[in-house]
Amino acid sequence: MICWFPLAEAPVPEGGLFDFDATLPLMAIQVVVLTFILNKLFFQPVGGVVEEREGFVATSHKDAKERLAQVQRLEQDLKAQLQQARQEAQAVIAAAEDEVATLHKAALAEARAEANQQRERERAEIETQRSAAGAVLAEESRRLADLIIQRLVAI
Amino acid sequence: MLLQILLPLAEALPASDPELMAEEAPRLEIGQHFYWHLGQFDLHGQIFLSSWILIGALLSIVVVGTRQMGRKPGGLQNLLEFLWDYIRNLSRDQIGEAAYRDWMPFIGTLFLFIFFCNWGGALVPWRLVRLPSGELGPPTADINTTVAMALLVSLSYFYAGLSRKGLRYFEYYVEPTPIMLPFKIVEDFTKPLSLSFRLFGNIMADELTVSVLVLLLPLLVPLPMMLLGLFTSAIQALIFATLAAYYIGEAVHEEHA
Repeated sequence: MICWFPLAEAPVPEGGLFDFDATLPLMAIQVVVLTFILNKLFFQPVGGVVEEREGFVATSHKDAKERLAQVQRLEQDLKAQLQQARQEAQAVIAAAEDEVATLHKAALAEARAEANQQRERERAEIETQRSAAGAVLAEESRRLADLIIQRLVAI
Repeated sequence: MLLQILLPLAEALPASDPELMAEEAPRLEIGQHFYWHLGQFDLHGQIFLSSWILIGALLSIVVVGTRQMGRKPGGLQNLLEFLWDYIRNLSRDQIGEAAYRDWMPFIGTLFLFIFFCNWGGALVPWRLVRLPSGELGPPTADINTTVAMALLVSLSYFYAGLSRKGLRYFEYYVEPTPIMLPFKIVEDFTKPLSLSFRLFGNIMADELTVSVLVLLLPLLVPLPMMLLGLFTSAIQALIFATLAAYYIGEAVHEEHA
């Protein structure tokens, strides 16, 4: 059998399930020492890493949220600008259409007036020519009548 | 009492079959210790030997796992972080947000130590090592270990209460009514008693059951009992740690906070 430990010559105690002895305080000390060792080797470093990561995740999350909010704000802004530009374009188009309509009306009126004037002039000229022709015809008919009378008289 | 029942049984059984009475025949060794003598004090050597081996295993896992820790966990770091998180949740739930940080290492050490002792006691083939007397086994199957830890818990919750609330801690004994005083005083004695005997009883009973079954039918039959033992071992570690945390939480609890 292996000799585990330099055993002092002493009477071997009775033993038993409920044999309390110096194992108890030594085990308590051992557990306390283990607590300190584990605190140094396990709880502090692992806790540090986990909490650092939790902090990192939290700040990243907050960052991302802020960025999202900013993006949304910018989007809103752009939408508003787009809306405004559209409205302006609409207004410009309407103004141009108005202008075109007035110009068209004015041109139409002018053209109509000119046409009327021309017609009046033409009609007046026709009138003068007709009256001139009437006079010529009257003269001619009087001359013919005179001629007829002369011929009848001469018979 | 138990001894009186079991020891004759253990001696009687192999003797009934003399051909099995070889030198290596299994024996049931209950209440036998491998004594070390330190001056005039006696120590249970087998408890210390197995606890040192198990603490060594625990510490080597911790040391290897924490060697290269990064923000992205891998391998053993995952396991350690899981354990850390588990212990933090346990102590935070029981002790409360304000004080759990101070007590988390203690609760965690209790949990890990008991868990390693229980599972190590069940999973490591200790029988391969032969001692002059007694046998290696789970350190938590020795009443000294469990009482030591239970008394540490008692000291802890007294210390926690007194250091946090000063003498106001003793208001706890008369809340909500002074009628509670005797019960609360008795509680201070029953807490370590129940803590230590629950753990000791469970682990010891598991060891005994498995030993007796192994003695009777060494093949396959003890396996379900061993699996059940693993389950209860884990539960016992959790119960001990949870109750310790609960007692500390009770001591530091502020009534009007």
